[in-house]
Amino acid sequence: MDFGPHLLLAMLEGLVQASVLTLTALGLSLVFGVMRVVNVAHGEFFMLGAVLAWWITFLVGGPPALAFIVALLVAPLLVGTIAAAADWLVLRRIDYDPERTIVATIGLLYIIQQLTLMSYGPDARPVAPPFNTRLALPWFEFGSGGVQIYWPWGLSITSYKLFVIFAALLTGLALWAVMARSRLGLILRATQQDRETAQAFGVPVERVYALVFGLGAALAALGATLVVPIQQAHYLMGGDPLLLSFIVVIIGGLGSLRGTVVAAILIGMSDGIISVFFSPTLAKMLATLLVAMVLVFRPQGLFGSKPA
Amino acid sequence: MAAVSLLSTHALSRNYGGLQAVKNVSLDISQGEVRALIGPNGAGKTTLVSMLCGRIPATSGQVVFEGRDVTTLPAHRRIALGMAYTFQITSVFAELSVSENVELAVQRHIAERQKITAQVDRTLERVGLGRMADRTAGDLAYGHQRLLEIAMGLGQTPKLLILDEPTQGLSDSEIEDFVALIRSVSEKSTVLLIEHNINVVMALADKITVLNFGEIIAEGTPGEIRANEAVQTAYLGG
Amino acid sequence: MSRAVGLHLGVIAALLALQFVLPAYHHGVLARVMVMAVFAMGYNVMFGYTGLLSLGHAMFFAAGMYGMGLAMKQWDVPLVPAFLLGIAAAFLLALVVGVLALRTAGVAFMIVTLMFSQSLFLAILHFGAITRGDEGFALARSLRQVAGLDLAAPATRYFAAWGLFSVVLLGTLALVRSRRGRVLVAIRENEERTRMLGYDVWRHKLMAVVVSGTICGAAGAAYGVLFGYVGASFSQVPYSIFPLLWVLLGGAGTVIGPFVGTLFMFYLIDLSSGLTDAYMLVVGVALVLLTLFLPRGLMGSLRDRGMKWLP
Repeated sequence: MDFGPHLLLAMLEGLVQASVLTLTALGLSLVFGVMRVVNVAHGEFFMLGAVLAWWITFLVGGPPALAFIVALLVAPLLVGTIAAAADWLVLRRIDYDPERTIVATIGLLYIIQQLTLMSYGPDARPVAPPFNTRLALPWFEFGSGGVQIYWPWGLSITSYKLFVIFAALLTGLALWAVMARSRLGLILRATQQDRETAQAFGVPVERVYALVFGLGAALAALGATLVVPIQQAHYLMGGDPLLLSFIVVIIGGLGSLRGTVVAAILIGMSDGIISVFFSPTLAKMLATLLVAMVLVFRPQGLFGSKPA
Repeated sequence: MAAVSLLSTHALSRNYGGLQAVKNVSLDISQGEVRALIGPNGAGKTTLVSMLCGRIPATSGQVVFEGRDVTTLPAHRRIALGMAYTFQITSVFAELSVSENVELAVQRHIAERQKITAQVDRTLERVGLGRMADRTAGDLAYGHQRLLEIAMGLGQTPKLLILDEPTQGLSDSEIEDFVALIRSVSEKSTVLLIEHNINVVMALADKITVLNFGEIIAEGTPGEIRANEAVQTAYLGG
Repeated sequence: MSRAVGLHLGVIAALLALQFVLPAYHHGVLARVMVMAVFAMGYNVMFGYTGLLSLGHAMFFAAGMYGMGLAMKQWDVPLVPAFLLGIAAAFLLALVVGVLALRTAGVAFMIVTLMFSQSLFLAILHFGAITRGDEGFALARSLRQVAGLDLAAPATRYFAAWGLFSVVLLGTLALVRSRRGRVLVAIRENEERTRMLGYDVWRHKLMAVVVSGTICGAAGAAYGVLFGYVGASFSQVPYSIFPLLWVLLGGAGTVIGPFVGTLFMFYLIDLSSGLTDAYMLVVGVALVLLTLFLPRGLMGSLRDRGMKWLP
């Protein structure tokens, strides 16, 4: 394949990665924004979403499309419930102290991961996509007879991957609508701005926190459910989404949802593109160092504004 | 009597965004005097002293301590030169014992173990906390924590002791003890006192500076300030 | 001699005596525990005494281990200078990381240290031609000899681990009882107050990072020498979490706590590995239970309940 079509393919793959990453990172960003705590177990909620999606499609059986739709609805709900329960049982009791929360969520990380290993096992398992038509894409060339359109071999995308992009877009819009337009969004924003005042105005802060923690985990689980037909479900798959979400949330400015979306698309795309052309280890190493440097020299993120 | 200047500021200002919290303040505090800084809430008193000791950088202007320009020095270097600052909101090491708190103030400028202990004991006796040396600072009553805060200032044997509303929340009898304590301190150190309690100010101050909306509106002896019209308007609602 | 000094000398003496009575298996475990306790004590200088929570201490351990290992394996440096090179590598890394990371605080500090550590792990993978990547490399028994002593032999290995452990235990005891050590505690308790007492907070913090990183580097180098293996897994996230766990369990901000926590956790995992392969589950449960019910750890709780003299 020529460079041009190759790049387009890399960008499309990158866009699929970016879509999933956007959902996952939005979950982490929401939790940090409203609750001011870092959830280190976020990647494990992602993994749990993928593994549960496998279980559900396995148990439901029948046509792949039906099983997948059930998984898409039930897996995030289950993961959200588990996360909310963890918040209620653990984080609430340590009063969301930032440092102790990190230690506690590291504990949750290992508990979830190891319980999955004990029940689901060490194998990677696929989920059948509900539909998977290969769509060939055209490319153009400046020839002697002007612009020519042709169909390069290998330049294609599946209908399922397009669906992933579409689903992420839809979820992002829904989240925005909830945050900006609904009463729930108002409560969340009020809690984010000032916990004590919100409490004084009758906001049940503890329940809001549990809800937000659950919602954040559910977003990760949704991203994971969308990705299992492309990647397989495995008990160690939570590490990369966690690291990438961290990077996204930091670059986007801690707690800013808009910054998170921009950064997720940027990083998901460039990660997809870079890994097509470069050694993934080197790319990851440089990206990690770069993000550390951003935090050191521009702690408000690349898109955030300096706090007064 | 030509008084020797210990600390002076020249056109010191501090902006927050568009808001000028302190405007062109020029002060001159002589060695040995007790200077009171008064003014309504939000007049910029704490911002001003924070710039003196370096907790907040100045937007423009100059701070001179013992003839040396310290405007760009970080806070800890200024403290090491002989300023001491006691916090408006009590800020002690809550988990450490009372004597350990004072020890941290003392050990920076004294090397020998025995001298440190002696100085700690002396300082605690002076503020009347001698019998509580082994208590945990966080367990003390509020008034005692304020005294500990002052002890940490005294323990540094500073040339200039800056006290930010030291009598806030103290009982009447505690305030009396405090006035006596500062009288004895002022024999050796210069004192800059931010204070709301006007009786304390009148009893202690050699000279009073009045701040309103970030500017000096009056300066003089307690008698002069009492008679000053601008001060009365500022305080009594003009 | 104060109670505190007596207690620590007593622990050192008891560990020396145990060498002669322990069965072979526990003898080996204890040697490992002592080296890892050095790692935890180094971590404690920063976390327990200065209040700086790092999530990337695996990088210092790995810097010591790889500094030593590569010097011996790649450049044929003899054992003692190689060991010192390992410590020097950790020292330099701590200095650089400290200068950069101390610009941040709190949660950002944790994430920055985590990312620096992750970068080192990825660098070890990337330069696999030298480091042997994921697999790591073994140090032959013939390399692990010094002055006629075979450090691979159980008795000498135990003795070497005990020596390093004793030096670091007494060293940290001296540090925290010193004037500088008290300033570190003051920074942990109230940073702004410490600054306003005239202390250079940044320099004291940097000192804590460098001392901590160097001790952890010594632990890493010693582990490589005594157990004959240098591997990338020691630079991965779990090895940043372990010292945090050991210190939390034993009691952050107590001199003996890191050893107690390491010992406890080693045997807990040892016992549970008979029941399940998923031994990290024990680690996770321990972390959650500790934050919930025993935030000051075993020794910290003892100190709260009457043993106020415990340093």
